[in-house]
Amino acid sequence: MVLVLTLITVVAGSALAYVNYVTAGQIEKIKAENLANGVKQVMGVGSDSQLDYTTEQSGDFTLYRSDRGIAVQSVTNGFGGALKVLVGFDNEGTVTGYTILEHAETPGLGAKAGEWFQKGQKGDITGKSPATTNFTVSKDGGDIDAITASTITSRAFLLAVQDAYDELLKANNPDAASAASAIDQKGGHDK
Amino acid sequence: MNNLKVLVNGIVKENPTFVLLLGMCPTLGTTSSAINGMSMGLATMFVLILSNFIISLIKNLVPDMVRIPSYIVVIASLVTILQMVMQAYVPDIYATLGLFIPLIVVNCIILGRAEAFAAKNNPVASIFDGIGIGIGFTLALTLLGAVRELLGTGAIFGITLWGESYGMLMFVLAPGAFIALGFLIATVNKIRKA
Amino acid sequence: MEYLLIFITAIFVNNIVLSQFLGICPFLGVSKKVSTASGMGAAVTFVLVLATIVTYLIQHYVLDPNDLGYLQTIAFILVIAALVQMVEIILKKVSPSLYQALGVFLPLITTNCCILGVAILVIQKDYNLLQGIVYSFSTALGFALAMIVFAGLREQLQRFSRVPKVFDGMPIALVTAGLLAMAFMGFSGVDNGLSRLFGL
Repeated sequence: MVLVLTLITVVAGSALAYVNYVTAGQIEKIKAENLANGVKQVMGVGSDSQLDYTTEQSGDFTLYRSDRGIAVQSVTNGFGGALKVLVGFDNEGTVTGYTILEHAETPGLGAKAGEWFQKGQKGDITGKSPATTNFTVSKDGGDIDAITASTITSRAFLLAVQDAYDELLKANNPDAASAASAIDQKGGHDK
Repeated sequence: MNNLKVLVNGIVKENPTFVLLLGMCPTLGTTSSAINGMSMGLATMFVLILSNFIISLIKNLVPDMVRIPSYIVVIASLVTILQMVMQAYVPDIYATLGLFIPLIVVNCIILGRAEAFAAKNNPVASIFDGIGIGIGFTLALTLLGAVRELLGTGAIFGITLWGESYGMLMFVLAPGAFIALGFLIATVNKIRKA
Repeated sequence: MEYLLIFITAIFVNNIVLSQFLGICPFLGVSKKVSTASGMGAAVTFVLVLATIVTYLIQHYVLDPNDLGYLQTIAFILVIAALVQMVEIILKKVSPSLYQALGVFLPLITTNCCILGVAILVIQKDYNLLQGIVYSFSTALGFALAMIVFAGLREQLQRFSRVPKVFDGMPIALVTAGLLAMAFMGFSGVDNGLSRLFGL
């Protein structure tokens, strides 16, 4: 009785170990590819072209530095849970693009954040820089249109972008970080 | 009972969702769109066919005392294999279905069929039972997903019919899942009685 | 404060049954009477917290150090099945009265997906042990709350309404659950406000 159960477990265990061995490489490859494509997308580079970047970790942020600029991964609290965003900045600090990596927003409402702030959409943030544009929703006196009926998600998203920008300044120039937060307050950045 | 009969039986007479009312968690949790419902149905079918087959093969080797644990080991292994394969080759679908993939292990349909059918029948018939029940489950999930997607977003399989502005968002959210399934089962009841 | 946030979120905002769709089978199956519903709720609370602790220890002290993450599903489900059996045996010996109250529900719990689901979620959310315990306890309370409220609604429904024949049984129960889920949606966003209030 125990023998049979042991036998079944051993067979099952070895089968799993084998499949794991076969698929592990592929899973890693896909993860790396997805990340590379994400970085390319937010930096405004086609997915076919090559983009070399180095990865830096800084607290909750991850920075991907390339010769075109820096992509920053930042997390805030959205409406339904963590909202993880990857934002690309060129060397002048202008937003080149973004992608939502992880979210738990309401389908059909907050989940629209994936398209809403893209180039040519209503809440377009590309081509703008947090240094000159107030990255808060218009309801809070900012310059960006919030997603219809999803102010909390919009606020969380813009906060993530602003945080990413602050982190970028800090990484590029440690002394300027305090100056950046001064601008932040002057702009009436409403958390 | 011939194999074709076994197959049809799983789709119509013993439809796991509408008649046996089994496997409600994935039924409600993954049907926010037709394509999600279908993916979940197919994933479950994959596990069901293989688990039915393997369990039917080993049914005489396993002593009665350790029957259930052995079945659970077989099912859990198949689910883990599915998890790894999906992660490697269809990562997007894996990400959408999320937690519900490992939870196929505790889907009562799988263990239920193992006990009720595979443990009593030959391997070939068990495969057909797996296919039949699997198709029945997949059809039910696809139908529920299609209804919710259509009412919620005005599209079906991602193809826009009357547009999002006329959608009742509630059907994509949690309450809509319960209500849509309730009405579907009532409809099936009506048809079966007629 | 962080624990209070986990507590409130797990019970009301992300209710395990009404918004996460876990543990639907017992939710629909044993909710005809308030008394059985509360029995089930208590049994789940007990097993869920215990299972979370054990699976947490297994993940962090057995699977992770040996790089066996891919055995998670199989290890967890076996542990949960064994745990439920053990609880049943111990309860029978130690406290017959408690066993009388919870015993019939225990065998049903192994296939209750909210146990395995929560065990995996605790690992996925990267909680520490204490957070995991608070999370699993509050999730179970949320489950019990949903069960009991739902059972109350069904009792009233049974007594006072004439349900159309085709809706009798499961269909009307599902529609009722839908309305209850809608009511719970009113809590969404509360966690966001609380975390702002606490300054997290």
